[in-house]
Amino acid sequence: MSSLLNIVKQNFGSRTIAVNGGVHPPEHKQESTKQPIGHLALPKRLVLPLRQHVGNLPKVLVNVGDKVLKGQLLAEAEGNISAAIHAPTSGTVVAIEDALIPHPSGLPDHCITIDVDGKDEWIAHCSTDWRKQDKTQLLESLRDSGIVGLGGAAFPTQVKLRTNAKSHVDTLVINAAECEPYITCDDMLMRERADQILKGVEIAQHLLGAKQCLIGIEDNKPEAAEAMRLACLNSPLAKLVTLKVVVVPTQYPSGDARQLIRLLTGIEVPADKRSTDVGLQCFNVATLLALHRYFDFGEPSLSRIVTITGNVKTPANFEVLFGTPVTELVKAGGGVLADTDDYIMGGPMMGFSLPSIDVPITKAANCIIASAPNLFAPAPPAMPCIRCARCADVCPVSLQPQELYWFSKSSNLEKARDYNLFDCIECGCCTYACPSNIPLVQYYRFAKSEIIAQDRAKEAADLARERNEFRLMRIEREKQERAEKHAQKAVGAKAEVAKPEVGSTIEAIDDAAMAAKKAAIAAAIERAKAQKATTTPQNVSDTKPTVEAEIAEINARREAAKQAVNKQAGDNIGSKQDEK
Amino acid sequence: MNRSPYVTSAPSVSMIMVKVMLALVPGIVAYVWVFGAGILVMLSLASLTALAAEALMLKLRNRPIKPFLMDGSALLTAWLLALSLPPLAPWWLVVVGTFFAIVIAKQLYGGLGYNPFNPAMVGYAVLLISFPVIMTHWPAPLELAQAKLSFETQLQFIFGNSSGLSLDAVSMATPLDYLKTQLTLHHSVQEITVAPQFGLLGAKGGELVVSAYLLGGLYLLQQRLITWHLPVAFLGVLALMSGAFYLVDATHFTHPLFHLFTGASMLGAFFIITDPVSGPTTPKGKLFFAAGIAVLTYLIRVYGGYPDGVAFSVLLMNMCVPLIDAWTQPRVFGHQK
Repeated sequence: MSSLLNIVKQNFGSRTIAVNGGVHPPEHKQESTKQPIGHLALPKRLVLPLRQHVGNLPKVLVNVGDKVLKGQLLAEAEGNISAAIHAPTSGTVVAIEDALIPHPSGLPDHCITIDVDGKDEWIAHCSTDWRKQDKTQLLESLRDSGIVGLGGAAFPTQVKLRTNAKSHVDTLVINAAECEPYITCDDMLMRERADQILKGVEIAQHLLGAKQCLIGIEDNKPEAAEAMRLACLNSPLAKLVTLKVVVVPTQYPSGDARQLIRLLTGIEVPADKRSTDVGLQCFNVATLLALHRYFDFGEPSLSRIVTITGNVKTPANFEVLFGTPVTELVKAGGGVLADTDDYIMGGPMMGFSLPSIDVPITKAANCIIASAPNLFAPAPPAMPCIRCARCADVCPVSLQPQELYWFSKSSNLEKARDYNLFDCIECGCCTYACPSNIPLVQYYRFAKSEIIAQDRAKEAADLARERNEFRLMRIEREKQERAEKHAQKAVGAKAEVAKPEVGSTIEAIDDAAMAAKKAAIAAAIERAKAQKATTTPQNVSDTKPTVEAEIAEINARREAAKQAVNKQAGDNIGSKQDEK
Repeated sequence: MNRSPYVTSAPSVSMIMVKVMLALVPGIVAYVWVFGAGILVMLSLASLTALAAEALMLKLRNRPIKPFLMDGSALLTAWLLALSLPPLAPWWLVVVGTFFAIVIAKQLYGGLGYNPFNPAMVGYAVLLISFPVIMTHWPAPLELAQAKLSFETQLQFIFGNSSGLSLDAVSMATPLDYLKTQLTLHHSVQEITVAPQFGLLGAKGGELVVSAYLLGGLYLLQQRLITWHLPVAFLGVLALMSGAFYLVDATHFTHPLFHLFTGASMLGAFFIITDPVSGPTTPKGKLFFAAGIAVLTYLIRVYGGYPDGVAFSVLLMNMCVPLIDAWTQPRVFGHQK
């Protein structure tokens, strides 16, 4: 019945559906689409953070001093969710250490630094005949591609392409909405390389076995939509499956995967499920192009298109090698104009201020905005919430931000969770629409990290309590056993007087009891260990990839806060000592 | 640092309040036309009292004074209260009412954004209960008054040295009041409504003011400062309920348009029940809230002891807001209801 409803929705309703709520900030996309995608000169040095994706840290395969070639695997994917790192050009590994990375926490993280030799010498690589090869092998080889979602989420692509009996993908949704203001990297990519994107679509369709491929583009990118339409017509895929470009109204955040899926198919992915559970998978256009480069040319993920815009002389898009310092990109954008006081990675709705302009471009970096007070004025002081509910009107997830604000502010965290705090996608629409200038998203980030920390603490406490109960039980049991032993000994002593040879049997009984007890303790320890292993990282039972990413980010934030506090404490102590 | 979003676009709280006051201007102009310029004195008195009381309380509470005086919320409360009072009431009435509204109903609960009750209606209810005679003594529209009522005379009434002229000479029972007393004397609606204070739809003259409020309300809707839910649900349910009674017994119950165009219906629908702080926030909740006010207003008008019931209905429904909000949470994206 519901599938019937979806079909009706698809055929009659999909063009008219708009994002629930949402906002339409000034687009500022024209500035950076005047020039074709440029290329950056090879920088002298590349700094490659190991953690450019969501998931496990990859395992480093090189040592300091190693000569590496372009495309050489530097670190391989470790565990289920992880992504490999490659050398974007040839050179020498000069350091494997912590360095500043583009992350909201502003914390340093593991990086591989390469001194570029300027030869740009490729490692041997070749294309794969992906139409003929076994899919499992293809997926296995994707682990070494280093490809992650280039829309900004940076989720390893190999994980998203794996299908199993439970998750059968019928519809491939191609995310070309690019709903954030200022960002134009996908727009330019589609204008210039639509055919290559479609080749990537072919591969993804082949791997997933999808029956239809829908490309969602906002209506503020007519050139890109036209280029994609043309490419669709020319694509051999058009003969095999339904392949079409769907233009959606320009309304932020239509580019959120779940929002776009609803826009294109009318299907609302249940909050506690993944999109693959309802037969859908979503990829960004740049990710698909990377897939094409990997299988059809053997080139792993080494670069991406990045928009440099905002308060720079000539806003534009550039193909940038991963690891290139942001400074180089800013230079390529003609340098900054006066009053530039900040650099934002990402768009103005969800981006973050860079800790330094020297941090490298990573796989998730779709845009760098030079910020100035005349572009993004600092928010006026916040006024009290007047419950006008403008935030609720614009919330794409239909939350009640004014209630969540109230609960977060008063640390009524259980209530915040009840009101579905964890469904918040932190898109920033509520803050955008707030007459009282309340930094609502900040409150939600805080509340989320507090809840996660509390859950952790509670789990740790539960574990400690269990251990303690076990310990008390053991002490009690040992006491009993001792008592029994004494009793037996007393009996034995009496018996010994009569029959001396019985003593050895009693000892034997004692040994047996001892061994049994030891075994019981060992087993208990094993159980506790196993329990610990299974329970440690869980805080929300149904972790979506986005939530996982969020948790990773929150952890980093907490870590940063902790370090800041420690540092402050250290400083304070230091200054006190100085005073002495 | 993650302080996104970097862009915002919303009218400030002060801008919202100023626009609401702007929407009241047509109503005030019509008021002056129909009842004379006395109302302007009342508005000024209320405004001054509100600002003084707000400043005093902010100082006592150690809050910054300037941003909160500039937000305009105290002024708006003052205006709404002044527009609800009889325009020739003595000056201390409006001062006491405004003072109570700002100090007790707003600031003691925590100021802007924290008051569970509509401050203007608290002020009104306190005055109505404490000074029922003055509060029900409305001057007749200028064209109906027995004695000529100059601005000077109006000032004399307000400041309490009316030489010779008694308030009775210029006042007249409001249609709602008159209807109620006459019905108890077993007259039929048809006999009662031929009295001079009845106009085409509601009260003679008053209906002009009410129409101007409607105009201002439409401006609020056009500016998206209020959503349709509250006025539509309030006026709709009021019309439905009075319509049902009217259909059953037209000799004892007036037609629905009368209820929409008399008393505080229009002012209430667009300006009073739309107070965001003390009202519900969910769309469905707004419908329930407004419907509840409409039902209570009608019952108080027809069966209650007071001529109009908007103020008490609003306060009663204010109490239900937390419950209404909790019960009307919208379905979250990707969740079953």
